[in-house]
Amino acid sequence: MTNPVVKASGIVKRYGHVTAIDHSDFELYPGEILAVIGDNGAGKSSIVKAICGATIPDEGEILIEGKKVNFTSPIDARDMGIEIVYQNLALSPALSIADNMFTGREIRKEGFLGKFLRMLDKPAMETFAREKLTELGLMTVQSIKQPVETLSGGQRQGVAVARAAAFATKFIIMDEPTAALGVKESRKVLELMKDVKARGIPIILISHNMPHVFEVADRIHVHRLGKRLCTIDPKDYTMSDAVAFMTGAKEPPAEITA
Amino acid sequence: MSDATDKASEGQSFEQNLDQSAKEVAQFKVKNTSLLNRIQHLLHNNPTLVPVIVLVISLIAFGFIAGSKFFSAFNLSLILQQVSIIGILAAAQSLIIITAGIDLSVAAIMVLMSVVMGNLAVFMGVPSGLAILTGMAGGVGAGLMNGWFITKIKLPPFITTLGTWSIFYALLLWLSGAQSIRGQDIDANASFLKFFGQSFNIGGARITFSAILMVLVFVVLWYMLNKTAWGRHVYAIGDDKEAAEMSGIRTDRTLLSVYGLAGLVCAFAGWASIGRVGSISPQSFYEGNLDSITAVVIGGISLFGGRGSIMGALFGALIVGVFRSGLRLSGVDVLWQVFAIGWLIIIAVAIDQWIRRVSA
Ligand SMILES: Nc1ncnc2c1ncn2[C@@H]1O[C@H](COP(=O)(O)OP(=O)(O)OP(=O)(O)O)[C@@H](O)[C@H]1O
Ligand SMILES: [Mg+2]
Repeated sequence: MTNPVVKASGIVKRYGHVTAIDHSDFELYPGEILAVIGDNGAGKSSIVKAICGATIPDEGEILIEGKKVNFTSPIDARDMGIEIVYQNLALSPALSIADNMFTGREIRKEGFLGKFLRMLDKPAMETFAREKLTELGLMTVQSIKQPVETLSGGQRQGVAVARAAAFATKFIIMDEPTAALGVKESRKVLELMKDVKARGIPIILISHNMPHVFEVADRIHVHRLGKRLCTIDPKDYTMSDAVAFMTGAKEPPAEITA
Repeated sequence: MSDATDKASEGQSFEQNLDQSAKEVAQFKVKNTSLLNRIQHLLHNNPTLVPVIVLVISLIAFGFIAGSKFFSAFNLSLILQQVSIIGILAAAQSLIIITAGIDLSVAAIMVLMSVVMGNLAVFMGVPSGLAILTGMAGGVGAGLMNGWFITKIKLPPFITTLGTWSIFYALLLWLSGAQSIRGQDIDANASFLKFFGQSFNIGGARITFSAILMVLVFVVLWYMLNKTAWGRHVYAIGDDKEAAEMSGIRTDRTLLSVYGLAGLVCAFAGWASIGRVGSISPQSFYEGNLDSITAVVIGGISLFGGRGSIMGALFGALIVGVFRSGLRLSGVDVLWQVFAIGWLIIIAVAIDQWIRRVSA
């Protein structure tokens, strides 16, 4: 295959005497949707957080497009065009939908107002936010100015997904983006992922939903006990195989192990 | 296995009717919304409404009780003048409280900087303008010191500012030798220090410069908090600091700027206090810290951070002033003024809790 977009090797992260990541490797290739599956507490969130700078690994090396990176905060990753939808969404409840979509990359008015008085261009941000939510079929919200805390869990997830999809240029990490979504909304998110992939932007998808994983993923990274157990091609294995590997019910064949 | 992959393009089989699903934007049937419920929502969206209503009602009430003594242009402008220093401190305090912090040192920074300005200009012959600039820089420095302990050493704001309150207070006693600088000495050597004590008359009202400064401070800070990205970040940090960090805000840097700015505002209060009081007294405004918190709380700004408008603190300060003046002019003993303010605080926090329960 071509050179990986992300290549991480020997990543270790310890919290006290819990080892969340135990010498794990990780690769993401251009243009693919990579699913990451594993039991609760296997360390899926931990490893993607290490990749995007939300946590700093104790050991190991991360290369992005072949260049070694040492992110100290998710802002560093974001500046490179890496977006993440966190499992807990990372939204500010009291701020509006539009404010949340633009946190840290607000649009300022042109001319004197923006340059010297640093005034925000709220209409521009609101228009953009409304467009992105409509693309996701999430315009069931009453107003783009309403605070995020007045949205349902699924609507909040939609806001977080829309934010990531709108701004990513290198790759997107989605940590259980459909966990709180209804059937119709999940479908929209899956379609959106395919669109993003068609734009040439690879995606890392963490999910417990096997039908979703097998539908969209090009490769599946099976995470078990803090490290990558194996990578499988969804065309070669069944959902029950995948579940058997990730729970330890079955050993994966040697040629695909980590 | 090929089952799952075959269907990949059409999605799951149970989803095949999704194409026919309703397309129109959802209509929410408004049900079960009692009047109380709707009020709760209204206040949630407009947190400043409570203090505004309280202010208007108390103005009308005291107008009836105390009569024209109270409801004259002169008395109303006097109230404005009386609350101006605490009002400016409350503006600084609001900034901190919106980030879910608290600052017990605001009044100590203010008095310390007025002593610094006075010492330099009155006793050491430094030009007034330069003395004032030094005081302003000192205010920023004192605020940054608080901010540094809070962001870099990760100390809780309450403990940090409890400590720096004592430190700044001791420093100001030392610098002033526990002595006041008399008004005559200021007039003779550095009358510019009293700039904000000047006033002009319109109608029967006497408007002091310190009252104008207070309003200006609030307007500028309101603009910064509501119309700039920095302001949105300040609210996001107060709301949920971790989420703010993860969604791309440099939280420590922003917090540091908030504390520095609050220190600057305190130094302005220090300058204005010289004109307002007429002298520089190390003992003045000893309760200023708590008074500023009172104004913020009565103004509907949540002590839990992230909620409330800074304008609320202006109304909060005015409400306290109106109660003091109204009760005094009605011939009520000072102790009952204190009693009333206490109840105002309790009620304001109770309302805040109630409004916060509205979400989802
Ligand atoms: N901040 C933290 N402090 C202490 N322990 C942590 C922390 N974050 C994760 N862990 C531990 O690391 C391990 C892996 O957690 P992680 O969140 O990565 O699991 P996960 O695979 O994402 O699980 P889930 O499917 O439930 O989301 C768990 O045992 C967890 O307790
Ligand atoms: Mg997780």
